[in-house]
Amino acid sequence: MSESTTRTDPILAFEEKKDPTFLDATELVLNMGPQHPSTHGVLRVILKLDGEKVLGTECVIGYLHRGVEKIAEHRTYAMFNPYVDRMDYVAAVSNGLGYCEAVEKLLNVEAPPRAQYIRVILTELNRIASHQLWLGTHALDIGAMTPLFYTFRDREEVLKIFERYCGARLTTHSFRIGGCQYETYEGFEQDVKKFCDFFEPKIDEYEQLLTTNRIWVQRTKGVGILSGPDCKALGVTGPVLRASGVKWDLRKAQPYAAYKDFEFEIPTGQNGDTYDRYLVRVAEMRQSLRIIRQAVEGIPEGAIMAKIPKVLKPPVGEIYHSIEAPKGELGYFVVSDGSTQPYRVRVRPPSFVNLQALNKMVIGGLVADVVAVIGTLDIVLGEVDR
Amino acid sequence: MADETKGSDQPAPPKPSEGAAAASEKPAAPPAATPPAAKPAVPAPPPKPAGPVPLPWESEMVTRLRQRFGSGLQPFTYLGQNYVIADPSIVAQMLQELRDEEQFDYCVDVTAVHYPKREKQFDVVWVLYSFPRNQRVRVKTMIAEAESAPSATALWESANWLEREVFDMFGLRFDGHPDLRRILLPDGWKGHPLRKDYGIIQQDQEWVQINLGIESGQ
Amino acid sequence: MQSFLEYLKSNVTPGQAGDPLWALIYILIIFGGVSLVVMSMNWLERKALAHMQVRLGPMRVGPHGLLQPIADAIKLFIKEDIIPEGADKLVFWLAPVVIVIAAFTVYIVVPFGPTHAVTDMNIGLLFMLGVASLATLGVIMAGWASNSHYPLLGSLRSSAQMVSYEIAMGMAVVSAVLMTSFAGGSGFLGEIYGTGGANPAGGTLSMIGIVRAQEAQHIWFVFKFFPLGLIAFFVFAVAMVAETNRTPFDLPEAESELTAGFHTEYSGLRWSLFMLGEYAAMVAVSSIAVTLWLGGWLRPFSSWHGPVITLDSYWQGGAVDFVFSLFPALLFFFLALVGFLGVVRMPKHPLFRVQTWGLAAFALVLGGIGVVLLAPPVRDRVQDIFWFTAKVAVFMYLYIWYRGTFPRYRFDQLMRLGWKFMIPTGIAVLIATALVGVLA
Repeated sequence: MSESTTRTDPILAFEEKKDPTFLDATELVLNMGPQHPSTHGVLRVILKLDGEKVLGTECVIGYLHRGVEKIAEHRTYAMFNPYVDRMDYVAAVSNGLGYCEAVEKLLNVEAPPRAQYIRVILTELNRIASHQLWLGTHALDIGAMTPLFYTFRDREEVLKIFERYCGARLTTHSFRIGGCQYETYEGFEQDVKKFCDFFEPKIDEYEQLLTTNRIWVQRTKGVGILSGPDCKALGVTGPVLRASGVKWDLRKAQPYAAYKDFEFEIPTGQNGDTYDRYLVRVAEMRQSLRIIRQAVEGIPEGAIMAKIPKVLKPPVGEIYHSIEAPKGELGYFVVSDGSTQPYRVRVRPPSFVNLQALNKMVIGGLVADVVAVIGTLDIVLGEVDR
Repeated sequence: MADETKGSDQPAPPKPSEGAAAASEKPAAPPAATPPAAKPAVPAPPPKPAGPVPLPWESEMVTRLRQRFGSGLQPFTYLGQNYVIADPSIVAQMLQELRDEEQFDYCVDVTAVHYPKREKQFDVVWVLYSFPRNQRVRVKTMIAEAESAPSATALWESANWLEREVFDMFGLRFDGHPDLRRILLPDGWKGHPLRKDYGIIQQDQEWVQINLGIESGQ
Repeated sequence: MQSFLEYLKSNVTPGQAGDPLWALIYILIIFGGVSLVVMSMNWLERKALAHMQVRLGPMRVGPHGLLQPIADAIKLFIKEDIIPEGADKLVFWLAPVVIVIAAFTVYIVVPFGPTHAVTDMNIGLLFMLGVASLATLGVIMAGWASNSHYPLLGSLRSSAQMVSYEIAMGMAVVSAVLMTSFAGGSGFLGEIYGTGGANPAGGTLSMIGIVRAQEAQHIWFVFKFFPLGLIAFFVFAVAMVAETNRTPFDLPEAESELTAGFHTEYSGLRWSLFMLGEYAAMVAVSSIAVTLWLGGWLRPFSSWHGPVITLDSYWQGGAVDFVFSLFPALLFFFLALVGFLGVVRMPKHPLFRVQTWGLAAFALVLGGIGVVLLAPPVRDRVQDIFWFTAKVAVFMYLYIWYRGTFPRYRFDQLMRLGWKFMIPTGIAVLIATALVGVLA
C-alpha cells in the first residue's frame, strides 16, 4: 500500500497563508536553498532563527537521488561497479574498494596481495585528495579564499597519478571484483614517491596559513561541538568521531585490504569542535602519506587478479562489509540470490548518517556557524542522496 | 532450519552433505577476518556447489539471548558474519537488550529487503556494532506488508533518518518513530521505489504534471 | 587664460581664493582621478589576489588584463536594470546615489599637497568623518528598499558594524589631532617625545594644517610619542577596514555566507555604483590615515635636506631633496621596465601580436610619463601629489593583501572586537597622548 505524506514546508505555508504574524514573531524561518554557494552540493537547510541564534534546523535532502540501489538490482555485479564511484564522487576509489571487497567476501575470495597493496596506495591517495578538497572548500566557506587554490593545485598531482593509472581523474572505477584490472604503469612507484616528497611540505603550508591564524581559531574553536557519546548514538563516524575523542578507525579495528601490514596512527581530538576536526583531517593526511610510503616500499610481486569465474554468481546469502572512507564508515549490504544480478545492494553512506548530527551541532549557535558546521561534516550530496 | 533463511524463491537448497563438505573447507569462525580463499581453484566442481551455508552460531551472547527470549530467535553465522533472525514480537525487546546489556551502542544501518513471493514479504535488517567489543551483529526480522516494525530511534538516534529512508523506499512503517515521512523523494511522491513491483523505467508523471506544470508528464 | 596661469602659480586653494570655476576644475580633476583609481584598483585587486592564490587573474582582455575594468564597466552599463517587485522604488533608486555622494564629497578636503585641495576647511577632518558616515544611511536604505530579508539582514549587520567602528576611528583621530597642538622638539628623542610648547598655529582640525603640523614638528605622527602614535594608527587602520566592509570584516557582503549582503537585489549600473562607492570610501579613509599619521604629502625625512648642490639650471637645492625628487620619474621608469619585461615574455604567436604591441605601447606611455616627470616645472609641482598618492597606494595594496590572507570574522566576534577591544584601546591611547602631551 503506497502512501504519500504531505508536510507543510514552512516557507510554502507562509506564502499560502500569508500569515500576518510571520515577520512579527521572534522566530524567523530562513531557507538555505538547494542552490547555494556554500553548501556542498544540493542541500536545503531550513533554519529557525531568533535574530542570529539558531533555534532549530531541518535538512531537506534528496535533490540528488538517482536511485542507485534500484539500479543495482538490474545490473550484474561487475556492471554495477562504475555506479558506486558516482555516489561519493570526491572519493570514488574508496567507494569502489568497499563494493569490490563486499562482493569478494560474498564470493569467498580474496584479492591477491599485490592487488591489495595497489588498492591501499590508491585509496590513501584518494583520501588525501578528498581531504584536500574538503580543506579548500571549508576554508572558503569561512572566508579564507587562498587555501582553496593551494589545495586544488596540489590535488592535481594526485589526479594525474590516477589518470595515468586508470585513465580517469575523478570517477576512477579503478578496481575490479577480485583485484585490480590494470597493472601499475611504468614509473608508478617513482611517481607516488615523488608525490609523497612533494606533498609533505605542502601540508605544512596549509597549516601555516590556518592553524595558528587567530581569525581561523576564533571561527572554529568551540563551534559545532559534538561529544563522543553523542557521536556514537547518532552513528557519526570518521574524522568527526575521532575529533570527539573516540579513537576508532575501521582500518585498525577491523582491518581490510592490506592495512594490517602498515604502521600508522589514528589522530584524535579532544573537544569535538570544528577546530579539532580540522586538525584531525590534516593529521590524517600525514598518516596517509606514511601508509603510502610503506606500501610503495613493500609492494609484493604477483598476480593482480584472483581467479574468479567469468560470470559472477555469488551463492545465496547476504553480507555486510564496511570500510573507512574519508568521510566515515562506508558500508555495503549485498544480498545475493544466486543469480548474476544482486538481489539488493544497500549502501550505508557516512555522509547521510553524519548529516543527522547537524541539528545537534548548530542549535544555540549563530547563523554563520551553520555554514562552518556543514563544511566541517564533510558531506557529499552524491552520497547522502545516492 | 539453516536452509530456509533465504525464502522459497531461491534455487534448491544444497544437500546436507555438500553443505557439510563446503563448511569443512571454511571454518565458520565467530567474528573477524574473512576466511581464506580456497574455493575458486576447484576445477569442474560437482553440480552447482552452493558454497558456504549459514551455520548456527553459538556464543555466550547467544546463550544469554536465548535464555531471555527462548525460541523467538535463530542465530546464524555466514562467511564470518553473525546474524540473528528474530520474531517480530520480540525484536523490540531484543534490540533494547542488545543495547543495554550487550553494549551494542552504535546502530550502523537499518534497511530492508523485499521478497514479494514470500508470505512475510519484507526483511527488516538492523546492523549493530559494539565499540567495547569490536563486534558487529545483524538482527533480522520478517514482516508482512501491512505490519510495522518497531522503531529503534529511541535506542539509537542514528536510526531516525535510516528508518525514514526505509519508509520512503519500501513503505514500511516504524512504530514509535517521531517523524516518519519521506526523506529522499519529494513529499507528494506516490509509490515506494525499492519494492520489486516498482518498475525501474517507470516515471511518475503525475508529480511532474502537477508540480512542474508539464502536460505530457515528461 | 591669464587667470589660469595665475592659479598655476598661486599658493592658495580654490576654496581660499573663492573662485568657483577653479574649484570646479579641481573637483572634476579629482572626480576623474578617483574614478581612474577605482578602475585600476579593480584590475590590481584581481591580479594581485590571483597571484596570491597561485593563479593568473585576467589575462585575455588586453595584455595581462589591463583592459578588463573597461570590459567590466561596459558589461555593467548594458545590463538589464532589475527592480524587485514590491521594492520601494524611490528609496531603491536613492540608496546608491546616497552612497556615492557620501563617498565622493569627502574628497573636497583631501589634501594632495599644501595647496592642492579643493578647499581647506578649518574643520576639514570633522567634515570628512561626518560625511563618510552618511554611507551608513545609504546601506540601510539599500537593504530596506530591496524588500527581501537577505539584504535586510545584511544591511543591518553592515550598518551596525560601520557605526561601531566609527567610534573607534573617532578616538584614534582625536589623539592625532591632539598631537597637532605642539610645536615639536629637536634632536632624535626630542622630536619623538618633545612637545616644545604650544604650536603657534594652534591645534587644528584642518587637513592641511595637520600635515603642516607634522612638517613643523619634523616627525610623522605615527612615530610621535612612540608607541602611542603607532597604536592610534593601528586602531585606525583596523577600524577603517571594518568601516569599508572589507575582509576580514566583510561578513555583510560575503558571497559564501547566508546573506549576500545589502546589494543582492541590485544589478548592472546600480551595483557598479555600490562598488564605486566602496572603493572611493577605501581611498578616502586611507587618505585620512595617511594625512593624520603618515605625513600626508611629505616625503620621508622631509626635514633633512642635505648639502646644497647645483646642477646647472636643472636643480638648485639640497642633495637629499634632489634624490627624492627623482622618485616619481624612477617609479614610472620601473613600471615601464616591468611592462617591457612583460612584452619580452609574451608568447611569440601571431594571435598575441595585438596584445604584445598594446603592452609595448602602454609601457612606452609609462616611460614617457616618467620622462615628463623629469622636467623641472612638472617635477617640482608633482612631488607632493606623488608622495601622497604613493602612501595611499600602499594602503590599497594592504587591503588586497588582507583579502587574500584572512578568513572572515563572524559577526558577533567582529562586534566584540570593535566594542571591547578597539574602543577601549582608542580611549586609552587618547588619554595617554593627552597625559604625555601635558607632562612632557
